[in-house]
Amino acid sequence: MRAYLDNGATTMAAPEVVKVVNEYFTDKYGNASSLHRLGQEAKEALENSREIIAKAINAEPKEIIFTSGGSESDNLAIKGAAYANKDGGNHIITTKIEHHAVENSFESLEKEGFKVTWLNVDKEGFVELEQLKKEITAKTILVSIIHANNEIGTVQDIEKIGRICKEKKVLFHTDAVQSFTKVPIDVKKMNIDLASFSAHKLHGPKGIGALYVKKGTKIKKMIDGGHQENELRAGTENIPGIAGFAKAVELVNEAELKKTAELRDYFVEKVLKEIPETILNGSRTKRLCNNASITFKYIEGEALLLRLDDKGISVSTGSACSSTELKPSHVLTAIGLPAAIAHGTTRFTLSRYTTKEELDYTFNVLKEEVAELRKMSPLWRK
Amino acid sequence: MYTEKVMEHFKKPKHLREMKNPDSVGVVGNPNCGDIMHVYIKVGKKDGKEIIEDASVQTFGCVAAISTSDVVCDLAIGKTLEEAKKISKDDIIKELGSLPPIKIHCSVLAQDGLKKAIEDYEKKKNSK
Repeated sequence: MRAYLDNGATTMAAPEVVKVVNEYFTDKYGNASSLHRLGQEAKEALENSREIIAKAINAEPKEIIFTSGGSESDNLAIKGAAYANKDGGNHIITTKIEHHAVENSFESLEKEGFKVTWLNVDKEGFVELEQLKKEITAKTILVSIIHANNEIGTVQDIEKIGRICKEKKVLFHTDAVQSFTKVPIDVKKMNIDLASFSAHKLHGPKGIGALYVKKGTKIKKMIDGGHQENELRAGTENIPGIAGFAKAVELVNEAELKKTAELRDYFVEKVLKEIPETILNGSRTKRLCNNASITFKYIEGEALLLRLDDKGISVSTGSACSSTELKPSHVLTAIGLPAAIAHGTTRFTLSRYTTKEELDYTFNVLKEEVAELRKMSPLWRK
Repeated sequence: MYTEKVMEHFKKPKHLREMKNPDSVGVVGNPNCGDIMHVYIKVGKKDGKEIIEDASVQTFGCVAAISTSDVVCDLAIGKTLEEAKKISKDDIIKELGSLPPIKIHCSVLAQDGLKKAIEDYEKKKNSK
C-alpha cells in the first residue's frame, strides 16, 4: 500500500487539470499576444481563467497577475511594494513564521537598508494583534503575514489584521499559498492589498501562481519585457498552466474540504490517543483542514520520515525545506518548542484523494516505527 | 541522498539497543543538533589483551546518526581497546561509501562516544 501525505509540499495534478493543460499544449497552443485565431483563443483562456481566480477571492479580474508560483508572487509583492513605496518610509513588518519566500525577501530588504520588525507568535502560532498595532509607525509601509502556516497549519485572523492595516494606512500582503481554496478569502472584506497564490498546492500544475494586487496599489515590477499582466510581469503567459490553475480552482468543493478535515481529525485523534508522548502542533480548531503537524518526542523526524518512506508513506519533517538543514524549523522554534522536541516533528498533509484506508495503514506503520525508533533512543523512558 | 549501505544499516541496525550491565558507557551529543548517543561496551580478553567483546549504541538522531552508530559497533567488536580508540570519522564514512557533507559535522559522533566509553573504562580500572 502507498499513502501520499505530503500534500503541503505539492499535490498530484487532478486528471481533469491534466486534460486541460494538455489541450493548451497541443491544440490551443497560441501566444495570447498574437492576433490570429490561435492567439485569440489563448487570450480568451487567459481572461476566463483570470476571472475564475478573481471570483474565488472576490476580486476584479484586472487585479490578478499570473506569476510562476508562490515564491515569485511573494517576491513581487514584498520587494515590489517596498521599492515602490519607499518614499513613504523604510519600515516593514512580518512574522517569525513565514515561508522562506517571504522570510528571505524581508532579509534581502533588510540588507538593503529597510528596517524589519519580526512579529512574535503565541504557542499555537497566532500573531499577537496588540504587538502588530504597537509596531506600526508613521514610517511603516508594508505588513506581510502568512494566512495559513505551511508547517503547523495555523490560520490567522486575516480580517482583523486587514482592519488594523487599513486603519493605520499601511499595505497588507498575505501569503495565501497554503490556504487558497481551503479557507475562504474575501479580499474586500478582509482589506487585503496583496495576496500570493500557487496552483500546485491544490491539484493544479507546478510553475504557475498568481498575485492579487488591489486596484491602485503601487508595486515595482521585477521582470522587464513585454506588456503582459497589466505591465507588472513580462513574459509570454503560461496558458497551459493558467488554464490548469483555473480548472483546479473550479474543482474544489465544500464537501471535499469537510471530508478532508474529518479524516484528518480521525487520524490525529487516533495518533494522540494510541501513541504516547505525542503533541499536535498549532491550533486544534483554527487550522488548515488537511494539516496534521505532530511531534513524537524522543525520536528524530528524518529517521521517522525515511522509515515511513520505506513502507510507501510520504510525509515531511516540519516543512519540506527543512529536510536538508540541521537547525530545527524557525516556525517550531517560534511557537516555543525546545530544539530536541522540535526535531521529532512530522507533518502529515492530506488531499482530496486521501482515503481512510491509507490513514489506517499509516497509523499502523507509524505506531510500529515510532516504537522501534524510541527503543533505539537514549531519551526514551527506561 | 543516502547510499544503499547507509540505508541498510539504518533500516536493520544490529547494534542499536540498550546493553544490560555494560562495563562502560560513553555519552556524546547535543540535543540542539538533534543527536545524542549512549555508547555501551563490554570488555573481554583475547590472547592476553583486552578487547571490545560487545558494543551497542542508543541514538536519538537522524538516519546518518543511526547508521554510523551501527557501523561503529561493527568496526569495534573484536578489536583491542587501543585499536578501537583509533576508529575515526573517516573509517566510518569509508565503510558507508559516503555521507551528505552537512551530516558529517553533526551526526558522526559515535566514534567519540566509543572513545569516551573506553577511556572511562580504563580510568575506572586504574583507580581500583
